[in-house]
Amino acid sequence: MADKPATVTINLDGVDIEVEAGQPVLEAAQKAGTYIPRFCYHSRLEPAGVCRACLVEIEGPRGTALVPSCTTPVGDGMVVHTKSETVQKAQSGVLEFLLANHPLDCPVCDKGGECPLQDQAFAFGAGETRYVEEKRHYEKPIEISELIYLDRERCILCSRCTRFSEDISGDPLIDFKDRGNHVQVITFPDEPFASYFSGNTVQICPVGALTAKPYRFKARPWDLEAVESVSLVDTVHSKISVQASQNEIIRIYGIDNDATNHGWLSDKDRFVHDHIGSEDRITTPLIKEDGAFREATWAEAISLVGERLGSFDGTRVAGIGGSRSTNEDAYTFSKFLRSVVGTPHLDAQVGDGLDPVFAAAVTPRAKINDLETAKTILLWGPDLKEELPVLYLRVRRAATKLGAKLVVVHPRRTGLDGVATHSITYKPGTGPDVLRKLAAGDGEYAAVRETLGEGPVVALVGRAGLGEDPNLAEAVAAFALDLPEVTIMPLLRRGNVFGALDMGVAPTLLPGRVAIDDEAGRAALAEQWGSLPDGAGLGTTEILEALASGEIGALVLNGADPVRDHPVPSTAVAGLDAAEFIVAFEMFISDSGAYADVILPIAGLGEVEGTATNIEGRIQKMNRLTPPAGMARPVWSIIDDLALAMGSEFGAASAEAIGDEITRVAPAYGGAAWDRLSWGEGRDGLVLPTSDGNQPLAYTPVDRGVPVVAGHRVLHTARVLYDDGVIVRHSSGIAGLAARGAAYLHPRDASVLALAEGDLISITVDGEVQLPVVIDPSLVEGTVYVPFNLASTAGLGAVGTLRIDAVRGGDG
Amino acid sequence: MTTSKILLARMEAHPSDSNTMARYLDTGGYKALDKALRTMEPADVAAEVKASNIRGRGGASFPTGVKWGFLPPDTRPRYLVINGDESEPGTFKDRMLLERDPHQLVEGIVISAYALDVHHAFVYIRGEYPKPARRLQRAIDEAYEAGYLGTNIQGSGFDLEVTVHLGGGAYICGEETALLSSLEGRRGEPRIKPPFPAVEGLYAKPTIVNNVETISNVPWIIENGGQAYAAIGPETSSGTRVMSISGHVNKPGDYEIVAGLTWRDLIYDIAGGILDDRELKAWVPGGASAPWFVPAEHLDTPVTIDDIAKQGSMIGSGAVIVMNDSTNVVGAAHRLVRFFSHESCGQCTPCREGTTWLERILARILDGHGRPEDLGLLLDVSDNISPGLRWPPAMTTICPLGPSATAPVVSMMRYFRDEVEAMIPSQRSSSTGNEEVAVG
Repeated sequence: MADKPATVTINLDGVDIEVEAGQPVLEAAQKAGTYIPRFCYHSRLEPAGVCRACLVEIEGPRGTALVPSCTTPVGDGMVVHTKSETVQKAQSGVLEFLLANHPLDCPVCDKGGECPLQDQAFAFGAGETRYVEEKRHYEKPIEISELIYLDRERCILCSRCTRFSEDISGDPLIDFKDRGNHVQVITFPDEPFASYFSGNTVQICPVGALTAKPYRFKARPWDLEAVESVSLVDTVHSKISVQASQNEIIRIYGIDNDATNHGWLSDKDRFVHDHIGSEDRITTPLIKEDGAFREATWAEAISLVGERLGSFDGTRVAGIGGSRSTNEDAYTFSKFLRSVVGTPHLDAQVGDGLDPVFAAAVTPRAKINDLETAKTILLWGPDLKEELPVLYLRVRRAATKLGAKLVVVHPRRTGLDGVATHSITYKPGTGPDVLRKLAAGDGEYAAVRETLGEGPVVALVGRAGLGEDPNLAEAVAAFALDLPEVTIMPLLRRGNVFGALDMGVAPTLLPGRVAIDDEAGRAALAEQWGSLPDGAGLGTTEILEALASGEIGALVLNGADPVRDHPVPSTAVAGLDAAEFIVAFEMFISDSGAYADVILPIAGLGEVEGTATNIEGRIQKMNRLTPPAGMARPVWSIIDDLALAMGSEFGAASAEAIGDEITRVAPAYGGAAWDRLSWGEGRDGLVLPTSDGNQPLAYTPVDRGVPVVAGHRVLHTARVLYDDGVIVRHSSGIAGLAARGAAYLHPRDASVLALAEGDLISITVDGEVQLPVVIDPSLVEGTVYVPFNLASTAGLGAVGTLRIDAVRGGDG
Repeated sequence: MTTSKILLARMEAHPSDSNTMARYLDTGGYKALDKALRTMEPADVAAEVKASNIRGRGGASFPTGVKWGFLPPDTRPRYLVINGDESEPGTFKDRMLLERDPHQLVEGIVISAYALDVHHAFVYIRGEYPKPARRLQRAIDEAYEAGYLGTNIQGSGFDLEVTVHLGGGAYICGEETALLSSLEGRRGEPRIKPPFPAVEGLYAKPTIVNNVETISNVPWIIENGGQAYAAIGPETSSGTRVMSISGHVNKPGDYEIVAGLTWRDLIYDIAGGILDDRELKAWVPGGASAPWFVPAEHLDTPVTIDDIAKQGSMIGSGAVIVMNDSTNVVGAAHRLVRFFSHESCGQCTPCREGTTWLERILARILDGHGRPEDLGLLLDVSDNISPGLRWPPAMTTICPLGPSATAPVVSMMRYFRDEVEAMIPSQRSSSTGNEEVAVG
């Protein structure tokens, strides 16, 4: 946009300044260098004007008036006084009022040292109180959720938390109760503050009223060391501040970033860090002997792995994983497998994703910020609240604040249905049918089709469930190409999967968004790497099948757990079981890692530095804060040694050196050097390719003719935020939040099967699990929903014929 | 009084059944509505109301016709909300009008709605008024039955629904924006203005909020013409108004008066003089939030909106509370401040904390634990709620409730400082031993 924002001239404390029209006086003053105190004001919340700390005097036709500068927009010719005697007395008076009932227990308060009340009382307050009456007393603190404590004595009733919960996250689980001197923030009876976003209220609380259990009493702010990084919990890559005390990561805060998270995090982003210090971390290399792991030295382990991998023909080796690590790690993984081992068989996804070319190179590709200007959003894919929660916040904002119309298509209700213009539910397998009718605007879909006719349209497409044909998402994208001013965002959720695909950890891609059959690209890469195997490789499912049949003998697992994550767990088990040799790069012994012959301990969050590429193709810098646990090492450094053991010298001195190599080798990453990402324009990341790069592959999605799969009763299984994945399981703060699991049945199915809520049933798809029944009228009749990868649902799988049996002799 | 009564005439003439449809029709009821619907365009009706110069009877005395003119011309729907949340100590006029002449209000609502192109009106009645609400609901039911409400009223093509809503017992819901929030099902908390309700009110639509008494005048205005109404009383206090007189007088009650008589007339003549033949000490001229008047300065001030304002107070909702010389002024101030503190919504800091603080200090003085510095403190805390302690009040708060609590304190200190000082124990150390020093 070349449009310059309209400006007005205001007189601020005697000086005329030109400011952007429409913004509150408080913001305009701040940009001009005048800080006005505030508590309830927060740049990402609707102004409330309740704390009254930001009162300023504004001259009007009837004399000057004290007005809250957070709710008063600047106007041309406005004369503002922020330092007059009246203003100073009012501001100091408000601070005295706020402190009157404040317990002043700063020495034992988590917020002490980084407390806006402390800071602003110091800057704008009188220094002493005249209040000698008894203060308000409440039980303190009370536990309002598994993660959050509330201390009502400290609360200054600014309403930041209640506004966040109602307006931003849409979980209005905390609110005000009573009035006047007795007004208090509180949860509803028997309803905990069980929001996926509750930790944000702790971060924005301007006092220590809301504190987080995992951090409580752990440190004082001045003891903390911090680095900026990004969260690899999902592919949004929310910007975070990783904070440690005495080399232990104890807190993660969101950093405001216009491009991605607006400062918000999911509680998984925020509280996942406990796994770093978990006692279950693997801290030394492990070698399996006689069926049990024993500790080993790096030298022994590297030498063993090098020897074993070198004993196979290159094409009998495969690699799975890489989407939990940095781009530099993924690049090294790709380079090692292709150029040292000599195999084309590598895949960052575990059979639960999308076609790599579509995911990495779809055009026109949407940026997250396209949601800010979208008139219409089509979401056909996962329940964002469960799988990409910060993207859920951005879509919710578009639908509730920016006037975008939202169309949600999913097999059951989702977190966004409440703000959607249209919600369509369908029985898994019938998606192609729904798409055809939607495209034609048939009957009940006429209104939806009309809504989709208003652009710009952002199409968010992905697999709604693990059993769904991945080509359906691409068919939806192909349909969306006809929508006005459309941009498309393929929805994959796992960590740095987009970075891994971009690094060529895919059977059909080479680093830098180069197609495997791009001869010029292949030649350029071969020149850099020395050698490159011919042709496309196998994907994860085929690799696992080839392991089972013996065509492939050895497997390198890079932070992947196909036993838990593959839609057909029996395929994963059969493959791993038959493998002649498996080496796994792991932080914990996962279900898949248990099959390994050698496990190599890898560094994790806060222990590695590098870059990562998010869902919109934005590359951002991740920084290192603490040394890796025990003898754990970054993947790139392990592979560097492995390559050497196998006779190839990578000679990577540092992750940064690899980052530098990526900018030279991977075309789409040209110009995305670390120093550019650490400073200046790249501070909030850069969408690739930058002006210094180029993307050889532009992929237009096509409808491959996805077959309609009819079934009397079919399974819908999808991930939920807190599952039994290996990282969550070892994150003490959130592990307990994982759902217990249930089978969700439509009321008529339950009635036909003579089942009631709470009855125990056996469900068989790929494997068998036993689950209690929950009645869910949001499903289409004939659909049975089971959350994927919970402790109680692991092994069920997503693909196969569904069988339901009542369990006799259950306890209900 | 020379002018015949407008608002209370029917209930005084027919005390047993003035609330019924039969009596209302029998005494000329719904004629004004007929006239409006059959012979007048909506704009003409609004013009008559404007010409009447009637000013709002809820407290702010804003000219009703001007308020109606603030509606943006093109936005629909619009709403009319009648404020019957009469909750201030000493105010009980709307209760009479609702209980004893509800059809007068209903007719006023229909005429006003016609003038404003409103098709859904709400009446918000305080929760502690079950009988007035019941009486009004019965009148509304009768009006529906008789075709004065509902669709195609009296064959005119004009439609109007009226909904009665009972509040939950919060004084603050008498503040018009808090009332609207409460009506929407939210917490009764005042909103930041602008936007004003006429632009963005109920459900974010243009909304006129008028007091029960204000709208009860509308039938008379339409029947007799705005000019006739304007001719009653002084130019800027036209018409009659109901004064609720309570406290230390011999004849407390609701009195319909024409502005222009003096306080001496009102207290000594109309309300029958001071109880127990004692001396008049002070009175609250217009609701608990109004600064007090005292006999030495104000007895011969005329009871008009402007004359009272000139003397630094307000006629407000017309609630007069009379105090004789048996009154402990600290006790009186404490009672009023405690009311405001109790009724503060708690949303904004100065009101939530400041009114409670004032109440605590006054309670402590009453308990005999006052300190010399409390006198200055009372005024300075008040000043931090209502900077300058001037009239009309400036505010650090969102709505006028906080500043209202300072009025009794300031009045007490202005007129009776010696009495307050006399309640402070003289021989005491300036330290209470439990002072707290907050740093930063």
